[in-house]
Amino acid sequence: MEGTAVLERVIWRTATVVGLHDETPTARTLALAVRDWPGHVAGQHVDVRLTAADGYSAVRSYSIASAPSSDGRIELTVERLPNGEVSPYLTRQVVVGDELEVRGPIGRWFVWRPEQQTPIQLVAGGSGIVPLMAMLRSRNSIDSTAPFRLLYSVREPGAIFYRDELRALSSRGDSVVVTYAYTRVTPKDWPRPAGRIDAELIASQTWLSNLRPNSYVCGPTSFVEHATELLIAAGYDRETIRTERFGATGDRK
Amino acid sequence: MAIISRGFAGRRSGADAKLPPGQYLTTDFPVLSAGPTPRISPDRWEFTIDDGSKVLKRWDWKSFRELPTENITVDIHCVTRWSKLGTSWEGVSLDVLLANISTDLSHAMFRSYGDYTTNLPLKDVMNKQAWIAFKFDGADLEPEHGGPARLLVPHLYFWKSAKWLKGMTLMPHDKPGFWENLGYHIYGDPWKEQRYSNE
Repeated sequence: MEGTAVLERVIWRTATVVGLHDETPTARTLALAVRDWPGHVAGQHVDVRLTAADGYSAVRSYSIASAPSSDGRIELTVERLPNGEVSPYLTRQVVVGDELEVRGPIGRWFVWRPEQQTPIQLVAGGSGIVPLMAMLRSRNSIDSTAPFRLLYSVREPGAIFYRDELRALSSRGDSVVVTYAYTRVTPKDWPRPAGRIDAELIASQTWLSNLRPNSYVCGPTSFVEHATELLIAAGYDRETIRTERFGATGDRK
Repeated sequence: MAIISRGFAGRRSGADAKLPPGQYLTTDFPVLSAGPTPRISPDRWEFTIDDGSKVLKRWDWKSFRELPTENITVDIHCVTRWSKLGTSWEGVSLDVLLANISTDLSHAMFRSYGDYTTNLPLKDVMNKQAWIAFKFDGADLEPEHGGPARLLVPHLYFWKSAKWLKGMTLMPHDKPGFWENLGYHIYGDPWKEQRYSNE
């Protein structure tokens, strides 16, 4: 898309909260009706602005979870951060009918477009699932036949976002395969002990590199570093791997 | 114009006064990269300056590390909205690297291992405004933060401070680099909040 930039203006728009539901004890999905929403591509994000009564404002970026649609609605899934400034408000205080300000969509790199036909390998760590879910939903909404695999690493079973929908998407027999990996606690009788994803899991649960998949890896920095190293060691071409990281490096004081 | 968020108080600190608009303070060191982290060992690292047709200067790690260095303490501002105050680096000033080059070219495309690029006016990387940094907080720069060496241009959004730096190409005109081609601002001044291409 380089050079062909459709420069929709990045202006603040009024968004009305039209739905709320909890994904996990710490994450909530907000459905927003955005005035004059220009549409988006799966993987993009928006800025959300909150403004206090005295004019103080705070802005954070959140990935869009929903598939592109023409009805002016988007969904965001927000994980509540323990010391967050904006996420506690969005996950606890907001009620249906409230108005927020959003601008976007933003980002033209970490995106999946409907015309892409290559096998897609998605790798999510924790709330890194959100933009990848938009890609799966986008694929589904246009009846794409691009083969998708998702490797989704979570701390424990209760931390999975979109569980029922992922089950439905992966049980239609049209080549969406979802694999979970648990880092702390597994479900009962789970075959693999709790732990970080490793070379064996990558070898058995992701596309073989000779299929030339494109991959999207999203999660905390340490997760993305680890997962991309494993993919490269498994033969993935580094030019085919796109990443989105959040949070600090795991090991820095 | 702004919509008041009912019940939102926000969290303010005295440090906010030092932050560009729309930024928040972090004490972590977040990472933003478009792809996998390149692992470049110093023995195959090099930095070149060219003018688009010929190489004007070339350093390998050894000759680069023999150049005079500076300790730099600066605030840094990422377009993803975090700012980190008082970060300390060690690096070589671009003034040193450009010292014996006389050119009437006005801009440069900085190039990285892993094919990242970012564009800057030459006047923004001269006169004590830019460095090639190889240490952060007294330790060798880690690969995920751009090691072995990265550009440090603290007065602009941090995507301009290209990680895994390998060269700069002098240019007669400005031309967008990687993120600048993907909707981010051609210049990126955090104090003017130049985040996206049409702000």
